[in-house]
Amino acid sequence: MPDIKVTPLGAGQDVGRSCILVSIGGKNIMLDCGMHMGYNDDRRFPDFSYITQNGRLTEFLDCVIISHFHLDHCGALPYMSEMVGYDGPIYMTHPTKAICPILLEDFRKITVDKKGETNFFTSQMIKDCMKKVVPLNLHQTVQVDEELEIKAYYAGHVLGAAMVQIKVGSESVVYTGDYNMTPDRHLGAAWIDKCRPDLLISESTYATTIRDSKRCRERDFLKKVHETVERGGKVLIPVFALGRAQELCILLETFWERMNLKAPIYFSTGLTEKANHYYKLFITWTNQKIRKTFVQRNMFEFKHIKAFDRSYADNPGPMVVFATPGMLHAGQSLLIFKKWAGNEKNMVIMPGYCVQGTVGHKILNGQKKLEMEGRATLDVKLQVEYMSFSAHADAKGIMQLIRMAEPRNMLLVHGEAKKMEFLKDKIEQEFSISCYMPANGETTSIVTNPSVPVDISLNLLKREMALGGPLPDAKRPRTMHGTLIMKDNSLRLVSPEQALKELGLSEHQLRFTCRVQLHDPHSDNDTLGRIYTHLKSVLKTYSIQHVPDGTVIVESIVIKVTSSAEEPNLKVILLSWSYQTADSTATKKKKIQL
Amino acid sequence: MKLYCLSGHPTLPCNVLKFKSTTIMLDCGLDTTAALYFLPLPLVHSPRLSKLPGWVSKDGAVNLEKELKECSGRVFVDSQPEFCLPEKELLDLSTIDVILISNYHCMMALPYITEHTGFTGTVYATEPTLQIGRLLMEELVTFMERVPKAQAATCWKNKEIQRLLPGPLKDAVDVWSWRKCYSVQEVNSALSKVQLVGYSQKVELFGAVQVTPLSSGYSLGSSNWIIQSHYEKVSYVSGSSLLTTHPQPMEQSSLKNSDVLILTGLTQIPTANPDGMLGEFCSNLAMTIRAGGNVLVPCYSSGVIYDLLECLYQFMDSANLGSTPFYFISPVANSSLEFSQIFAEWLCQNKQSKVYLPEPPFPHAELIQTNKLKHYPSIHGDFSSEFRQPCVVFTGHPSLRFGDVVHFMELWGKSSLNTIIFTEPDFSYLDALAPYQPLAMKCVYCPIDTRLNFHQVSKLLKDIQPLHVVCPEPYTQPPPAQPHRSDLMLELQPPPMAYRRCSVLGLPFRRRYERIHLLPELARSLVPSEIKAGVSVATVSAVLQSKDNKHVLQPVPKPAPVPPSKKRKRVTEEPPEVLNPKPLLSGAVPLEPFLAMLHKVQHTLSLRPNQSAQSACR
Repeated sequence: MPDIKVTPLGAGQDVGRSCILVSIGGKNIMLDCGMHMGYNDDRRFPDFSYITQNGRLTEFLDCVIISHFHLDHCGALPYMSEMVGYDGPIYMTHPTKAICPILLEDFRKITVDKKGETNFFTSQMIKDCMKKVVPLNLHQTVQVDEELEIKAYYAGHVLGAAMVQIKVGSESVVYTGDYNMTPDRHLGAAWIDKCRPDLLISESTYATTIRDSKRCRERDFLKKVHETVERGGKVLIPVFALGRAQELCILLETFWERMNLKAPIYFSTGLTEKANHYYKLFITWTNQKIRKTFVQRNMFEFKHIKAFDRSYADNPGPMVVFATPGMLHAGQSLLIFKKWAGNEKNMVIMPGYCVQGTVGHKILNGQKKLEMEGRATLDVKLQVEYMSFSAHADAKGIMQLIRMAEPRNMLLVHGEAKKMEFLKDKIEQEFSISCYMPANGETTSIVTNPSVPVDISLNLLKREMALGGPLPDAKRPRTMHGTLIMKDNSLRLVSPEQALKELGLSEHQLRFTCRVQLHDPHSDNDTLGRIYTHLKSVLKTYSIQHVPDGTVIVESIVIKVTSSAEEPNLKVILLSWSYQTADSTATKKKKIQL
Repeated sequence: MKLYCLSGHPTLPCNVLKFKSTTIMLDCGLDTTAALYFLPLPLVHSPRLSKLPGWVSKDGAVNLEKELKECSGRVFVDSQPEFCLPEKELLDLSTIDVILISNYHCMMALPYITEHTGFTGTVYATEPTLQIGRLLMEELVTFMERVPKAQAATCWKNKEIQRLLPGPLKDAVDVWSWRKCYSVQEVNSALSKVQLVGYSQKVELFGAVQVTPLSSGYSLGSSNWIIQSHYEKVSYVSGSSLLTTHPQPMEQSSLKNSDVLILTGLTQIPTANPDGMLGEFCSNLAMTIRAGGNVLVPCYSSGVIYDLLECLYQFMDSANLGSTPFYFISPVANSSLEFSQIFAEWLCQNKQSKVYLPEPPFPHAELIQTNKLKHYPSIHGDFSSEFRQPCVVFTGHPSLRFGDVVHFMELWGKSSLNTIIFTEPDFSYLDALAPYQPLAMKCVYCPIDTRLNFHQVSKLLKDIQPLHVVCPEPYTQPPPAQPHRSDLMLELQPPPMAYRRCSVLGLPFRRRYERIHLLPELARSLVPSEIKAGVSVATVSAVLQSKDNKHVLQPVPKPAPVPPSKKRKRVTEEPPEVLNPKPLLSGAVPLEPFLAMLHKVQHTLSLRPNQSAQSACR
């Protein structure tokens, strides 16, 4: 039985270091190659030794697909391709290809330059890795090789995020990456056609959440920022340079303009301007509204938001600062946090999900004392707010996607086990499809039942369709006869006559005959005549002929009557029918009996 | 399979392909050369054009003073310019299922087709094609609506009258089918029917046919199309280019193994080399500017203009003309320049890699930033106060009959210092200039047509080997002006099938096979037997299900066990007629074993017929 095997190396019942291996139709595909924000040791990267103990991965993988530029989806890529070794194609969309190396470089700098780690990938490795990238356009069918094809769909979430369909023959898998089913201020909603994959692999970050309307959340967010600024406090919003940041910037920009506020808004790191530039150049990946108006007013040119300098953090008075990274695990956002944490007038707003182990996760769980490097502890006095702005599909959204794609099986990754469990039950109940949630390193195998494509001769098909009539009759299915010729990997279905002709074979005639003796005083011809009238009365729907040479023909059945010279009353009825009609003959016989 | 040819224009095609119960329109180009028969529409009142004498036939019998005006020794129609539409009578256009667009120049007739024929189908185009096509349509509408004409001239179209008119009006064909421009509402409605596609996207039409756009290398988002079923493949090649300009390079290998290749949109100027023309363009421009004159470049608002700007960006500094201002004047100038920067995915490799930096892919962004290139929606407003001479003006329309270019012709035509440089190949420059004669300004003809030339196309066809080629008639003979140039035509074996306006071609196809799927249960039940080495055969008896043009074979259902009949009178239902697959009766019969077998089973065999015989006799 053909099957599809799925093994998560990361993101199995977990969020972080997404990396899922899929085997389909003899092809091996790696979906995403991310890092885990919560670890600083080996566990940071997926365990590639699962694929092979020694040596390079090239011969074990047909391709690698990266869904979007977040580090938990691409952070391990240079490690995998350059340090473990992989030379095959890596597919990602254009925006991902553009932005991914910048984030990787950022990540490398923080790890190597700031934390002083060695044995980490280098800038050159990032460059070499990116050379292996093949850009992917939306809806384009990319033929990885003769059998394996992939196709990207729009996923929302961040600029350039994609869902991918992987297809080999008639078997297919869809991997969602991270996606968002509701359009936001700068991105559109994920969309997929009714492609009925054998398996849908979906993220499930917000498996149990059904989020209130976007508008409420936005109003809440603005209110909190506004209040803090009014009372002279500072607001820190840890974000990733690209994605949520742009949405929140648009939000604050319009609010500042409307309310005529004067408190400065800063955006940390030099990446900002560059980031906004990417948004301008990839405007086709944003939502309808921004795309429509970009010629008149480019939403990514901000008037109120200025570049941040490290010295500003100590300035007196209110301000709003967007700083990277988003989970407060390193870098500038953590630096500013440390400075501001002691003042209860200040506020930190976490606009996204925080991975376990990060400072963000700790303070969200209400931790008031943080252990920092060395032995120092940090008192957290400032207000901590959580605003779910991360663009993941919620439970409703996941169900909506299932309805869109109509998969035969479902597999959950990128979520917490408990929440997955809940969603799994819900999916199985509502759609009556099997739903899986393998842990890291655990293999799920899904049996597929592919149909066999065959070339049918048009003559045979047309004849059959004409005979079958315009509408299929469920009560009286018509049986079609054909001969399947298997030759040089081709399968052709033709009529039996054509098959014989084509193969240069002559058909044997096989007829069954039987003699029936009965007593009848009439002449031979009269007996035959009586049989004829009898048959006519019983077999109304068949064509029955009385041929002058002394035979009655019912379709292919031939009936003759002879009498022996000695006993003129003993008639011998000769019945003969061909092999091909043996079954229908039996039916007819039965009819006669009746 | 049939091809209905609704346009005879080789570069503005409009064909309809009937293929496996689908009706597919390939492009709908609008022939704007008809506008050349009309008087220019001046943006600013022109004393010269308003005082032209009306035309009266020599004997005074026909008086069309109001409709026809004599200008520079020719007779022009004084009315809003009209365009020649694709043929509407050849087949019922409401039966068209889909329209495939290959590039933005080949979609300008779309509103005429989708709005007034009962069309209910879908239009497929790439995003740049849609967006830039929209700009070009909106520009056309603005050009027309900015200078409304009180009345439309129709009397001259009367056959009896047209016969008496002087040439070239006398020889204009199909004048009754000419139409004036559409409205913005019609453009919006037509474009709302467009469904966006990406290169190499497989689009299923009714389950019967699959269509796929491929990069054609000619303009932003331009595509060739593959129309195929599982067994037949038609390639539609329209406006392709192998030159490295800004668009993504042409995809060739997917065109291989076509049964039929429909070839349109070759270069209109096969004798001119685009690179040479570009050089000539630059040197003429520099000469004029140095002498203190202005340069007028009548052009479309998208396409070659991007390359011209890029070329000038490099050239002007090296020629020490860095301070010369460029003006791009069009109602859609700003949009066109902005849009060109956001289609990174549709650009050639080296432009794409700029976006990764991130930098705008085209250098005109820098020209704008440094104030070297300025764009204005029209000559009115800011432009009139800001413009400095000598300068270079890019503006439309290349027919010189409408748009801001008309004003510049009136303004600069009288000075021999100025130069007009024609770069668009769609119009004969002599005809375009006819109503402005006599002109003192210099005219330079540097047509830049990057589409395939005959040499490139014959090499391409050699590579991709289509079984049959269909092309417009002009490609099968040398150009009329150069009858000895047999290298400027298609010579193929078998010879290409030529079409002209209103041709209906039967395409040489024999469909033999169709794709059908055996359900896995059925496939498992089959018993193949090897007939010859490598050839196996299995007989199949199954039930056919056809839905949405997809065919599936299912196992024959087992007759439901007849429930012990409670109602006696119920007529027993007939089971399906045949259940067991019959093996083929063929091959050698091994006589000895056969006889032995017969002996063995004879006893059992002999019983059954007797039984049935007895029952039959009752």
